[in-house]
Amino acid sequence: MKYCDEYRDPQIAQAIAGRIANATTRPWVLMEVCGGQTHTLMRYGIGDLLPDSIELVHGPGCPVCVTPLELIDQAIRLAAIPGVTLASFGDMLRVPGSSTDLFDVRAGGADVRVVYSPLDALKIARDNPERQVVFFAVGFETTAPANAMAVWQAHHEGIANFSMLVSHVLVPPAMRLILQSPSNRVQGFIGPGHVCSIMGFGEYHDIAREFGVPIVIGGFEPLDLLEAISMLVAQLEEGRAEVENQYSRSVEYDGNLPAQNMMRTVFSVVNRKWRGIGEIEESGLVLRDEYAAYDAQRRFGLESLEVREPAECISALVLQGQKKPVDCAAFGKRCTPMTPLGAPMVSTEGACAAWYQYKRHDLQHA
Amino acid sequence: MPDTVLDRGLSVCPSPIGTRERIVLGHGSGGRLSANLVHDLFLPLFSNPVLDRLDDQAILEIDGARLAFTTDSFVVRPLFFPGGDIGSLAVHGTINDLAMGGATPLYLSAGFIVEEGFPIESLRRIAASMGGAAAAAGVAIVTGDTKVVERGKGDGVFINTSGIGRVPSGIDLSSNRARPRDIVILSGTVGDHGMAIMSSREGLEFESTIVSDSASLHQLVAEMLGVSRGIRCLRDPTRGGLSGTLNEIAAQSQVSIEVEESRIPIREEVRAACELLGLDPLYVANEGKLVAIVAPEDADLLLAAMRRHPLGECAAIIGEVGKKYAGLVSVRTAFGSSRILDLLPGEQLPRIC
Repeated sequence: MKYCDEYRDPQIAQAIAGRIANATTRPWVLMEVCGGQTHTLMRYGIGDLLPDSIELVHGPGCPVCVTPLELIDQAIRLAAIPGVTLASFGDMLRVPGSSTDLFDVRAGGADVRVVYSPLDALKIARDNPERQVVFFAVGFETTAPANAMAVWQAHHEGIANFSMLVSHVLVPPAMRLILQSPSNRVQGFIGPGHVCSIMGFGEYHDIAREFGVPIVIGGFEPLDLLEAISMLVAQLEEGRAEVENQYSRSVEYDGNLPAQNMMRTVFSVVNRKWRGIGEIEESGLVLRDEYAAYDAQRRFGLESLEVREPAECISALVLQGQKKPVDCAAFGKRCTPMTPLGAPMVSTEGACAAWYQYKRHDLQHA
Repeated sequence: MPDTVLDRGLSVCPSPIGTRERIVLGHGSGGRLSANLVHDLFLPLFSNPVLDRLDDQAILEIDGARLAFTTDSFVVRPLFFPGGDIGSLAVHGTINDLAMGGATPLYLSAGFIVEEGFPIESLRRIAASMGGAAAAAGVAIVTGDTKVVERGKGDGVFINTSGIGRVPSGIDLSSNRARPRDIVILSGTVGDHGMAIMSSREGLEFESTIVSDSASLHQLVAEMLGVSRGIRCLRDPTRGGLSGTLNEIAAQSQVSIEVEESRIPIREEVRAACELLGLDPLYVANEGKLVAIVAPEDADLLLAAMRRHPLGECAAIIGEVGKKYAGLVSVRTAFGSSRILDLLPGEQLPRIC
């Protein structure tokens, strides 16, 4: 398959892995930021190709995982209102709220739909003027422009029965939080390739400089990740802490300016709570006042819910790379993808779910 | 710094959702939820030695004759898709369930649940397609039933077919017969049916149309049984895909199965469609493929016989049965690493067969 197979060649992978092994003289702890990168690393078993002295830890970049429980409960509440159609990406439907999930609400008669684009949700609104259509907008900077575009279009076409439950988060504040922690172990980052396709990578220079940590913007195919690891190891071994771009076929320095403009037109930056981590300053997006009429929380008068989450899982530490999924006593026992206890087990891009899905036999029989 | 969980020294997690109180779509997906429904709800209430084998068909001994008996319901949307329609699918699906028991299919029933307002002409097309598929397979539709439900209470038309076939003496195929060192053979490319349905549903267009593989497999099976009695088990990987089928065999035989990813044939356009939609072709449904678990000494003979048949021309040896981790299916990647090929927890594709 063109544009995929080139980046999945096992022989080239072995060659890069050999280069990494030759270059590595000390132990290094590297974090991949994105859930998509975590999934590829696990699916292809990239860790098995690396020298033992390189430890990969998984970052907080699974948008489904870090969406606060309160928001999921709000979505479930919205979906249960007669006359409301709730649309979101498929993975969001599986995520358990505090007592149920969207599949179950759908089974109870609610109109819950899986869409591939927010513009599909807008189309549902256009085609069904008698229904209130709410799009549950989750994700990082990657999905924000398209979601902004849907609100912008609704506004310009006067589609009054469309609104959005916004739970957008931003990558750089989460990276800063990880680096500020006294117990941080991360020495180098594989940066978020798709986020940077939108945002460029200018803002990562400050992080690299401030914390003395190398960042290589990486892609999502096995060879992308191996090459990014190789570039990180080279920087670490040489004592450099720079921002480099491995994913140059997609990422440019300035990113996608029209997409950024659309984001800024519709959204503004606010403090936001991350599931499993807590509130992070200026880490989320919210609809600007001009578009507040499309805010589902306001339209339906959803009061902010306070959900207490019992303390059993270690997701906060997993999401910040301080613990591995297998360090958790509940992993694979009380906590599985069928009965997720915590954020990283709910989506296939979550670190715990990826471990469970692809690697748990190593653990059982280690 | 805002007050984060770490600062408070707490970690957070939601409480788990226990057993579901009502049916969700995932219960029909062929994944873990489906398996739970069968094991936790139906089996304890229906249990008997024939059913408890959990094969695609029941094998019955009646007055010295061995009969295979099976039933299947079809709720596919859209009703007409590239490579077939709900009518031909309903015939192929039930014939294949019989064939996987080594049976020669003989008779089918046809039950229709039709929604008020459904065009008679569409029903005629579907019935004609069923008749054609049955005739081509050499089976007769010998009994039937029609029910009509109010508008909005169905989705056009649902079809149930049951089938009876005769099992030649000496044939004993079952999912519990896989042994360590047995070889896993796949009869052709995976994912064609599910992706034909998905791409017509999502309006995806590729340079070439993805066509369903819907077909009757009993003649291919007859060829295989003709050359070897070393076949332990045959299964058609429908809902839940290749992964679902291999997991069922591994669980029922209490063996492990390892397949080699690079040996599993997948069409380019199917791989591309799966990439686009974020799906794994190993979980996508097939309607004209079979998985054979065979004795190692007969594997090459069987592979050659399969390749001589048009429905097996892309057949390949994809893996081997082991005993290290009973019930576990794993994939050896092109990178030399190994990962688990698990049952899906819920649905990947809703209503595809």
